[in-house]
Amino acid sequence: MNVTAGEPRVRPEAIKAIPVRHPWRWVFAVLVLALAALAVDILATAPLLDWGVVGTYLFNQQILNGVVVTLELTAIAMAIGVVLGVLLAVMRLSKNPVVSSVSWFYIWFFRGTPVLVQIFFWFNIAAILPEITIGIPFTSFHWIGVTNRLIPNFLAAILGLGLNEAAYMAEIVRAGIISVEHGQTEAAQALGMTRPQVMRRVVLPQAMRVIIPPTGNETISMLKTSSLAYIATVGELFFVQKEISNFNFNIIELVIVASIWYLFMTSVLTFGQFYLERYFARGAARQLPATPLQRLRRALFHFRSAPPLSVEDVTIADRPHRG
Amino acid sequence: MATPMVQAQAVHKSFGRLEVLRGIDLEVAPQEVMCIIGPSGSGKSTFLRCINHLEKIDAGKLSVDGELVGYTQRGDKLYELPDREVCRKRSEIGMVFQSFNLFPHMTTLANLIEAPMRVKGESKAVAVERGRRLLDRVGLADKVDTYPRQLSGGQQQRVAIARALAMQPKLMLFDEPTSALDPELVGEVLDVMRGLAHDGMTMVVVTHEMGFAREVGDALVFMDGGVVVEAGSPRAILADPQHERTKTFLATVL
Repeated sequence: MNVTAGEPRVRPEAIKAIPVRHPWRWVFAVLVLALAALAVDILATAPLLDWGVVGTYLFNQQILNGVVVTLELTAIAMAIGVVLGVLLAVMRLSKNPVVSSVSWFYIWFFRGTPVLVQIFFWFNIAAILPEITIGIPFTSFHWIGVTNRLIPNFLAAILGLGLNEAAYMAEIVRAGIISVEHGQTEAAQALGMTRPQVMRRVVLPQAMRVIIPPTGNETISMLKTSSLAYIATVGELFFVQKEISNFNFNIIELVIVASIWYLFMTSVLTFGQFYLERYFARGAARQLPATPLQRLRRALFHFRSAPPLSVEDVTIADRPHRG
Repeated sequence: MATPMVQAQAVHKSFGRLEVLRGIDLEVAPQEVMCIIGPSGSGKSTFLRCINHLEKIDAGKLSVDGELVGYTQRGDKLYELPDREVCRKRSEIGMVFQSFNLFPHMTTLANLIEAPMRVKGESKAVAVERGRRLLDRVGLADKVDTYPRQLSGGQQQRVAIARALAMQPKLMLFDEPTSALDPELVGEVLDVMRGLAHDGMTMVVVTHEMGFAREVGDALVFMDGGVVVEAGSPRAILADPQHERTKTFLATVL
């Protein structure tokens, strides 16, 4: 053994090394730019594509109304999906066999049939049930409603999208719940908390970290899936642009208009999802993940050389730790 | 003689076909500190978890402060207690886990006031006041707004003890409270427990810290294979174990 104890007397000079060169980064950057330029060129010079029409209709009142309806459909269907999904997930994990079977059956049924079919079903339900009667059995008290008035087009789409979404959300929430360490439940129970309290105060808030990313994914997916509501003649973005192109035959131009709006909306949602995740990461990571701006700055700064792994890139989950 | 704080008579517990507890008889008097030692798999943690009904016992009788755990007896029939009652009884027993199990999404102080407010219905002012006092007592007054993962293991375990104390329990259960800690952090947790024992808290401690058992413990129980092999005064057992299995076990850990 040859070890010197204590601090060395002379501190050596800080390391100054020439960074590793990355020529392939430049090659790929040029290649990607060339391909992008080609794509833009093809679209810009397509002989029968009238970009003027795209410009005219981008902020057309009908299109804007369609955007609003699409957002409404997405928001309401997701709200139903999340609320019902949490309920179904908790039911699924219940000790009561009747309750958990009901949840299992619901998920099996609504996940097993296409959304388009479900929307179509609700839209046409009046064909088999022209009137809906609700009453108390063995009494004369009852109430009758006309189905077509009770379930207008918009509601048919909402039911189709929301009830289907609930089945998917239930599985996402369930995955989140079982990802929370069992010790958490035990500690809460040992403090005398009741089952609902343990779920609401201890398990669900921690499950959120696992639930949020796929839920953001589902919301973005819903924004696009809501276009299926056109089958129920709901005036959302896809239906509206189709109505317009039925008249002027500028099919591709209007599809581009719709796509621009879909892309814009999903971009905004992606942004919102990031900050939501950041919020629920509190307490889980020693340092919160960098915001897009911070990331961009770092990426630009380190493009020439290899970005060093900074403390901020490593969350506590990546580190081995006791407990 | 006063009602024993914990009384176990022929307590049995199985997980499937595996019989983990095969007849445990013991009594813990009020203000007594009992340490339970034994090899892993001897059933000592399971027994501890039976005391606050985290596990159900299969046979025998287990009572805390004169009341059966998880059941109530009318005539010669046993009735299962409803959840609400089980929760109320658990709220009177503090428990500290090997892996701390602090709520990571809440600050230290929030961990301490959660149960007093939700379970006991205490006002926030009262709960916060006691929470701060307890954090001060375990030497963490400056960590009020810190999240658990930003604390060292020893600090986390001290917060966990304070969280249990915030419910003002009449009995404290410790399930290997120092086993997950780096050796240099064990002392600070044992210090807090020593203080607690000094103040007259009734404690059942499953541990591997023989020094603590000798100094602080009023009684020592050695368990193996789901039964109590030997029990008595810690000094006597640690110095002169009577049973062969106790001798072998102590020879390996001391």
